[in-house]
Amino acid sequence: MKILEKANKRVPFLGNEAIVRGALEAGVQFVSTYPGTPASEIGDTFFKLQRSKNKIKNLYFEYSTNEKVAMEAGIGASFSGLKAMVVMKDFGLNVCADALLPFCYTGTKGPTVIIVADDPSCHSSAQSEQNTRAFAQLAHIPILEPSDPQECKDYVKAAFKLSAKFKMPILLRTTTRVNHQTSFVDLGKIPAIKADGKFVKDVHRFNTMPPRVFSMHSEMLDRIKEIKKEAEKSELNLTSGKQVSSKIGIITSGVSYLYVKEALADLGMNLPLLKLGFFHPLPEKKIKNFIKPLKKVLIVEELEPFLEREVAILAKDANPRLQIMGKEIIPEIGELKPRIVLSAIAKLANKKIKALPSVDLEKVAVKRTPQLCPGCPYWLVFGGVKKATEGKNVVYGGDIGCYMLAGVPPHNIQDYLFCMGGSMGIAHGIKKATNNKQKLISFVGDSSFFHVGIPALINAVHNQSNPLIILLDNSTTAMTGHQPHPGIKIDSMPIIKPEDVVKACQVKHLKIIDPVNQGEFIKAVKDFLEKDTVSVIIARRPCLFANRVN
Amino acid sequence: MKNKKDFNIVIVGTGGQGSITLLQILARAASIDGNDVRTSELHGLSQRGGSVEVQMRFGKKIFSPMVAEGGADLILGLEAQECLKSLFYANSETVYLINKFFIPIFGKELLKEQAVLKELKKVTKNVFIVPASDICEEELGKKVVAGMYLLSLACVRGLIPIKPESVLQAIKDLVPEKYLDLNKKTFELALSKKNEEI
Ligand SMILES: Cc1ncc(C[n+]2csc(CCOP(=O)(O)OP(=O)(O)O)c2C)c(N)n1
Repeated sequence: MKILEKANKRVPFLGNEAIVRGALEAGVQFVSTYPGTPASEIGDTFFKLQRSKNKIKNLYFEYSTNEKVAMEAGIGASFSGLKAMVVMKDFGLNVCADALLPFCYTGTKGPTVIIVADDPSCHSSAQSEQNTRAFAQLAHIPILEPSDPQECKDYVKAAFKLSAKFKMPILLRTTTRVNHQTSFVDLGKIPAIKADGKFVKDVHRFNTMPPRVFSMHSEMLDRIKEIKKEAEKSELNLTSGKQVSSKIGIITSGVSYLYVKEALADLGMNLPLLKLGFFHPLPEKKIKNFIKPLKKVLIVEELEPFLEREVAILAKDANPRLQIMGKEIIPEIGELKPRIVLSAIAKLANKKIKALPSVDLEKVAVKRTPQLCPGCPYWLVFGGVKKATEGKNVVYGGDIGCYMLAGVPPHNIQDYLFCMGGSMGIAHGIKKATNNKQKLISFVGDSSFFHVGIPALINAVHNQSNPLIILLDNSTTAMTGHQPHPGIKIDSMPIIKPEDVVKACQVKHLKIIDPVNQGEFIKAVKDFLEKDTVSVIIARRPCLFANRVN
Repeated sequence: MKNKKDFNIVIVGTGGQGSITLLQILARAASIDGNDVRTSELHGLSQRGGSVEVQMRFGKKIFSPMVAEGGADLILGLEAQECLKSLFYANSETVYLINKFFIPIFGKELLKEQAVLKELKKVTKNVFIVPASDICEEELGKKVVAGMYLLSLACVRGLIPIKPESVLQAIKDLVPEKYLDLNKKTFELALSKKNEEI
């Protein structure tokens, strides 16, 4: 197995594989995740490994039902003394923020690392172009930012060490071009691990009940101060280059660092460069020392100007006349690209670069939106819904998964799209706001239903609205690579059937239909649209690739 | 082959055409030859059926995993219309090696081969189009290896500075047993057409 290649070898790894390898080399004992691209392959690699004959003894892995319970499972493991890792995409951190904040107050017992993958340019996301750095302010959580696979591996190990030393969970923030970058990685040894978790009661430590929470708040800030000292001397924050007469320099981090290095090589320059492996806490002294001799500094970062603002604050004291260049020449929307960074540095250094052939891509390029696979059962669901609602004024609520392709031609039945489980919650609001008069169909996938859909269903039933919910049960988490969920048979694990949940939520109108039976399906949609309480159709037909798990 | 410090490849196509596998084989082959290599891929089913673009850079020392705008040495087009978007990476020296293969786009009129080539040739003269899918269907009974055929052709014709033996080795290293024979045959087919005009 590639992930278990021998120590001392140098092999090409994907960033996500390198994260797994780093965790294994650090001796991780407990891993929980909910899938989400660009982080999906991290969980999938653990899953495959632990179901193979090479499985790591005593390592526990689970696909949790959502990120919040994944985080809580990780917290429980940490409190029981294990080395824990929790993995998710950016939006997952919003779901588990409620557990994350107190975790930073209590701190860890077993070292804990949280992997969060952002997706600037939304290559595999809808919803928002989230910048997880903002959680440094909200949760005080230390954040490290690797730029390539080697650093993914090294930083995961460094994060476990930091967590062990300072008793704080450490967040590793990646972006798509880090997770899905391949390059050479030097491999180290994977130690044997024990299954020696034990929860030793310690109310003072684990119980946030006020007034204890205030002293915890202050202890957390003290821990951050200590970590800041560590950041000041850490080699994850790296200075390179030589002072030049024009007194210019660059500060950057994450994948942007690679674009900066490439651009400097192209321009034949060796400018002073500060590469920050820590985003939080920032090594303020190091930054001040770096900017002190400069006249102009360029901050190269993706999305919001978080670094730029921090540098501006530090410059007030260290170098008030420093000219700071950043978002005025580097876009805040979308991921960075090598040419953008090259142009910015050329501007900083007053150098000319070769112009490029100007092609109006908007004009010549074809646009190809993703499509449902040929043979996907959703063709039947969307086709049936369109027939059943022809000529009627129906609002269609979309949700996150392959079924958000309801929003593209030829279907075009998606009037809003938000977050996982959001379709039902918003449906209820619309229903209430319109006195249950406007007809509405809310789509939700099976994995999304288990994820955070269930409370929205309970809310709609209890507070008496009447959307028609179509639960698209394709027996898998298709969009992110066919991971299992609680409704799927896997080994000897108990199955929770969506219909049992729906019934338990007191839904009076429920039908389970294979959408191949179009007549029955269309009739059910028409009937249920007329009901005055919540109705649910479970459209059940497996995804063509659903059985990849077993 | 020009004597540059690095070589930049972009592969474009549509989801399900196997571009990531091709990229991994290329990366392996380039590393067998002793190069530093970086790739940038896009995973996730969100790509299914949609446009896909993956990239690889190799040479003595590589930093950026992404090919720069106007920085491609070679662009492999697994689907012809998709090549238009990749003009972002093209310059007047860029070589295009394109599969004469068109996958319709829902609700749009199919672009004609000539229309695609005309746009590409506004930027570079080095545009080659090969009926790779048809050749593979005819000779091997399988269209799916068209990408492997194009990649192999690019290597045996010296369009990529990687030794053909290394590509063959990478195929052996990475392709699952089940498909290995087919892929080796595809490579040999390309080798046999080394000197044919395209
Ligand atoms: C909070 C959060 N976690 C994870 C994701 C990533 N994600 C996007 S779609 C999806 C799968 C949805 O599965 P399901 O509802 O079963 O729909 P399917 O893709 O099978 O149609 C996931 C996990 C996300 N968008 N938001």
